[in-house]
Amino acid sequence: MGTAEPPKVNAAGGPGPATAARLGLIACHDCGLLSRFQAGGRLYCPRCGGVLHARKPNSEGRSWALVLAAILFYIPANVLPVTHTTYLGSTQSDTILSGVYYFMASGSWHIALIIFVASIVVPALKILILAFLLVSVRRRSDWRPEERTRLYHITELIGRWSMVDVYVVTVMVALLKLGALANVDAGVGIVFFGAVVVITMFAANSFDPRLIWDAMEKRS
Amino acid sequence: MRLDAYIACPHCDLLQRRQPLPPEGLAVCARCGTLLYRHRRNSLDRTLALAVSGIILFVIANSYPFLSLNIEGQTQETRLASGILVFFRQGMPWMGALVLATGIVFPLVELVGLTYVLLPLKFERLSWKTAAVFRLIRSLQPWGMTEVFLLGILVSMVKLAGMATIVPGIALYAFLVLIFLVAATSAAFNPEIVWERLSPQK
Repeated sequence: MGTAEPPKVNAAGGPGPATAARLGLIACHDCGLLSRFQAGGRLYCPRCGGVLHARKPNSEGRSWALVLAAILFYIPANVLPVTHTTYLGSTQSDTILSGVYYFMASGSWHIALIIFVASIVVPALKILILAFLLVSVRRRSDWRPEERTRLYHITELIGRWSMVDVYVVTVMVALLKLGALANVDAGVGIVFFGAVVVITMFAANSFDPRLIWDAMEKRS
Repeated sequence: MRLDAYIACPHCDLLQRRQPLPPEGLAVCARCGTLLYRHRRNSLDRTLALAVSGIILFVIANSYPFLSLNIEGQTQETRLASGILVFFRQGMPWMGALVLATGIVFPLVELVGLTYVLLPLKFERLSWKTAAVFRLIRSLQPWGMTEVFLLGILVSMVKLAGMATIVPGIALYAFLVLIFLVAATSAAFNPEIVWERLSPQK
């Protein structure tokens, strides 16, 4: 984690809005209490004991690494089968997408929609939004900071719903254990898929939305 | 300047003066609109009651079978933990651990941790290591996914309805109620009541 860095935004008193960082203050990530920045060593929140950082440490680097890892895992998660189903003697392997197709074909379009949105759209959307935010921060963009902050908030909220398919597979492998009559085994695809969900949640968590606003203040 | 009279927006860092809120009111950041803090009427009592009921339902939901399935006269009963065991047995320990953590352990830790922190607070006391325990349960919050688990169960029921007869068990009903209790707990809870009590100035 390293030591607390001094808030590295222009000195107090200059033009621009009064942010905690500009006034030499650090808000605790855990409990929100403000502390004055002090040089030398790691700082702890006097109220809750959490480690203090003006900004999440190495936020851009970590988020990029996790976004790239998520992209890498997204491919096998969608190509490899997530379930192997045996029903009345015949076996069939399904990927996430072929499962969606099966539901559409059998008329349960609402289930097809839930799985499609939760398993395919949401992870892809999260990866795209985070990559977009990271690029915009790097380019010191001043384009609609409020909307970008809201986009970040959305990625924080929707990520958990991708886990639905993992739970569906969990229930299926538990219930269908009747040998040649009816049996479901998990495929390796689900492991990669679970990894995508976890990695994108960590990626969203390591991005610091205050960077969006810092970049603008440095510009002005 | 008294630092606890101010708050920095967690999303854009703008410094703002804390204002007393009307009952059930909320304060949002003047610059980016992020929710800063809110007032909850009777938060301590309501959260505590909901969390304790949640724990009871949690135990029921995990002790009884939640679905049984019937194909051509053969019956299979399932508990919440059965699928996790299958993952471990079939050489997918990471999947087992992921479902165990997000579906069972983290939600339970959150409910028990909340009770551990809030019950003594009700009697004007602090439990051992309140700050550390509270920090832990706040950081685990995004990882407790009972409501997503329930959606997964419902999707599987629809999926299986075509090939077998499905009988919902007691645990499924308990789980349904549990979801509402967990949601109501987080709606009733105002974390500021714990942090304020821990303030060194007081």
